Amino acid sequence: MTARRQSAAFVGWLLSLAALLAATPPMYADDVDSSVLQAEAERIAAVKKATPAVVCIFVQGGMGGGSGVVISPDGYALSNFHVTKPAGTGMKCGMADGKVYDAVIVGLDPTGDVAMIKLLGRDDFPVAELADSDAMRVGDSCFAMGNPFLLATDFHPTLSYGIVSGVHRYQYPAGTLLEYSDCLQVDAAINPGNSGGPLFNAQGQLIGINGRGSFEKRGRVNVGVGYAISINQIKNFLGYLKSGRIVDHATLGARVGTSDEGRVVVTDIIEDSDAYRRGLRYDDEIISFASRPIRTTNTLKNLLGIFPKDWRVPLSYRHQGKQYDVLVRLAGVHREAELIALTNEPEEGEEPPAPEEPKEQPAPQPGESPRPKLPLPLPLPGPKGKPKKSKLPSPHKKASLPQIVKDHFEAKTGYANYFFNKLNQARLAKAVAGHGEFGRVSGTWTLSGEAADHSPVSIRLGAKEATCELPVGLTKIDVTQSLDAVLNPPASGGMLAGLHMWKKLLVGGSGKFDQAYYLGTAPVPMFDQLADVLIVTQGAVEARFYLDPHSGLLLAVELFPDDNVDPCEIYFGDYRTEAGRKVPYRMEVRHGDQLFGIFALKKFEMAENEGT
Amino acid sequence: MNLLPTTFRGPSLAAAVLLTSAMALLVGGSASAATSFAPVIAQVQPKIVKIYGAGGFNGMAHYQSGFLISADGFVLTAWSYVLDSDVVNVILNDGRKFKAELKGIDPKLELAVLKIDAKELPFFELAKTATPEEGSRVLAFSNLFGVATGDEAASVLHGILSIQTKLEARRGVYETPYQGPVYVVDAMTNNPGAAGGALTNLHGELIAMLGKELKNARNNTWLNYAVPINELREAVNEIRAGKVRPRADSQAKKAKDPLELSMLGLNLVNTGLERAPPFIDQVYGDSPAAKAGLRTDDLIVFLDNQLVQNSKSLRAEMLRIERDEAIRLTVMRDGQLMEFTLQAPASDEPRSEKPARRSEDDRDER
Repeated sequence: MTARRQSAAFVGWLLSLAALLAATPPMYADDVDSSVLQAEAERIAAVKKATPAVVCIFVQGGMGGGSGVVISPDGYALSNFHVTKPAGTGMKCGMADGKVYDAVIVGLDPTGDVAMIKLLGRDDFPVAELADSDAMRVGDSCFAMGNPFLLATDFHPTLSYGIVSGVHRYQYPAGTLLEYSDCLQVDAAINPGNSGGPLFNAQGQLIGINGRGSFEKRGRVNVGVGYAISINQIKNFLGYLKSGRIVDHATLGARVGTSDEGRVVVTDIIEDSDAYRRGLRYDDEIISFASRPIRTTNTLKNLLGIFPKDWRVPLSYRHQGKQYDVLVRLAGVHREAELIALTNEPEEGEEPPAPEEPKEQPAPQPGESPRPKLPLPLPLPGPKGKPKKSKLPSPHKKASLPQIVKDHFEAKTGYANYFFNKLNQARLAKAVAGHGEFGRVSGTWTLSGEAADHSPVSIRLGAKEATCELPVGLTKIDVTQSLDAVLNPPASGGMLAGLHMWKKLLVGGSGKFDQAYYLGTAPVPMFDQLADVLIVTQGAVEARFYLDPHSGLLLAVELFPDDNVDPCEIYFGDYRTEAGRKVPYRMEVRHGDQLFGIFALKKFEMAENEGT
Repeated sequence: MNLLPTTFRGPSLAAAVLLTSAMALLVGGSASAATSFAPVIAQVQPKIVKIYGAGGFNGMAHYQSGFLISADGFVLTAWSYVLDSDVVNVILNDGRKFKAELKGIDPKLELAVLKIDAKELPFFELAKTATPEEGSRVLAFSNLFGVATGDEAASVLHGILSIQTKLEARRGVYETPYQGPVYVVDAMTNNPGAAGGALTNLHGELIAMLGKELKNARNNTWLNYAVPINELREAVNEIRAGKVRPRADSQAKKAKDPLELSMLGLNLVNTGLERAPPFIDQVYGDSPAAKAGLRTDDLIVFLDNQLVQNSKSLRAEMLRIERDEAIRLTVMRDGQLMEFTLQAPASDEPRSEKPARRSEDDRDER
């Protein structure tokens, strides 16, 4: 055999060996059950799917950091309020691709410990897929990813695997903030710096935001008890958070306790509350809330914690032996000023959650091996002497904001970032304008048709007065006066005022009112999704407009003549196009628990200016 | 509008939770069956109970865990101060609450058997426990940190059985009475309230009872361990059979040169009764006790964070402390707990015989 042939044979052997190595699993594969290998492959696939959306947050000026996760391609991401709080307006976000992005605060939910931020500079960010966190069972696998101890200096997140240890857990607030309701408890390691980061199920779908742990004697490190805010709770708040506001959680306006027979009963109720107006009284039994049966006070407390203020949620209760099913409008936990003050105040609650960084290390006890020094605060001094790869800002506390962050920020009291409220106001203005060119029909509108009993109905909306002619008689309001003065027609709760506000919005846009802002998304009766909510005020009255987020059509308007009274609710339907303008031919008017009327219109006339 | 009554977030409601009605916690949905322990856990959880008793102050939890060992309501748990209460409540997984009767304890094994008045309960059969191998996967069920209340299910941690070994641990300055075989696990079972919980294999078969909060005697780190049911079975069966177990702890280590209260400059009120509360009668002038600030009428509540039952048990515990060791006494004074650290002088130092006069400026000291 010649040397050449030998070497050719050798190369051939090498190649076939390489091919073998590449093609076959490692040698131990023969001994391993195929189900184990399959589980391993599934786990690897889940991690691979989850990783790209994970964000490692670094607060500018070396003030710590935490974790986050991107949920939309245009960069909206979730984190904890307690992570973004030290950052204020802007932060740096590293992703697994090794790149650092500027991010700006969008909205805050201080009670629920959730922050929404927006990563800037791309519209094709990798995103996490949102799952149904209520489907998680105790014992299901899960994994946390993020930036524990701010270890992710190359922005590749840390992974910790575990199981769900408990579901529907409740963790008391620290002070009046940071309440974890209906949360997930996991034994996957949640450490300082994991805060704000994602919890994924075994399929790599997002089920929660890690933010808290039970700690005790070992200092602030994982002891196998971490908590994640359920993604189902956050789904309720997404629209609110995108509004740029500082949002509040909800209360029923009643206290409950468990009776000796094990029923959940009302032990105290505020007479100003919507629950009271819906007929709920002392000693009534709560049967279900938000379509979940209520058999313990804890269940109700847990459920209340997942809803935003101002949402209407189904409530069933038993009063004097009779069951009532109502929609109850939830009040806020905090007064607005109180919430702003709490949001701004320095930290140190009673039981701070897993913090973005440990403030100090407890001294090792005698005989206890000292814990490794944590690489804190950023920027990391590191063995190389300076931070790698990153464009971290200098460690000055008042680092100036990058231009791209400034371009996406506007300060306003009550808002985390008013820029995003204006963005949504503009979006809704476009949706309203999509109904057609109403600017030219500012004259009297004449709507005529019939009620459910076929009796005639005629409504005129003019520049000076609005009138309504029903079989019971003609009523009118002077729209040049304060709209809360006369709530005609009687028992409607202010239908004419509501229709006047509606016309004013269509003709002139939200800029014509004293004040306008975007609330977020909320449920609205007779619509199976969440609707966009625009709130306008005119003098003492407030109107809430509900818009279909897809078609942009106005679904309803609620007119509130005052705080703590039932609004007039007008639901629009049967939209038809009238000279290029979309107008509703069906109106359903409700007030309190009563249906005032359902009007099927036959004529919808809009005059070009007053008097024609 | 008054905000306070509108909120549901007052801790005062927590008490009401204990009165909750029966409801099995239903967990639905689907997940990757290959990787989920959910079906097994759902079978085990009805056997786990939450136990509430003494404690709740000075950082001492008033709750612990246990599990049912018979259909008619026998509960196995860890013997601890939590059970040292007139009223011990057991709350089942379905939220039903029972007042428990203490059937018996084994101080060496640190186990206790409780009985509740209930029937047809799901339970672990002690005769049928599994013997695991090192490296096998385990599930730890407990109400650690008291996370679960009412009808909420106990918490579950997963891990592996790291090693089977003999317990070499201490609690404060004490060696533990039990020094037999234990399973050390890598799940974090060493947490408040976890003691008395159940360790099972992945089939939900009982292996061991989660131990109390202890530190490894060698390296002073917290130890995650459980006592094999094989070690507990005989004692439990005897208690259930009504046999009296020895209450005295003959195995505990005795100090070679034990510390005495007089060395610290203290006398207890002598009523002639063994179970008298350990009130301080006299504090000698210039003694360690006087320097530390102890006074006549202080009631000794804790010795090195261990609850002191009475004068007799205080003296008995003192026998296990060497005279050169520093001790921590927690006393009740005017309704407040105060903590003092004392150390006896070296043995050749003479001690004062005069009782310290009670200072008239006492009130100004605080």
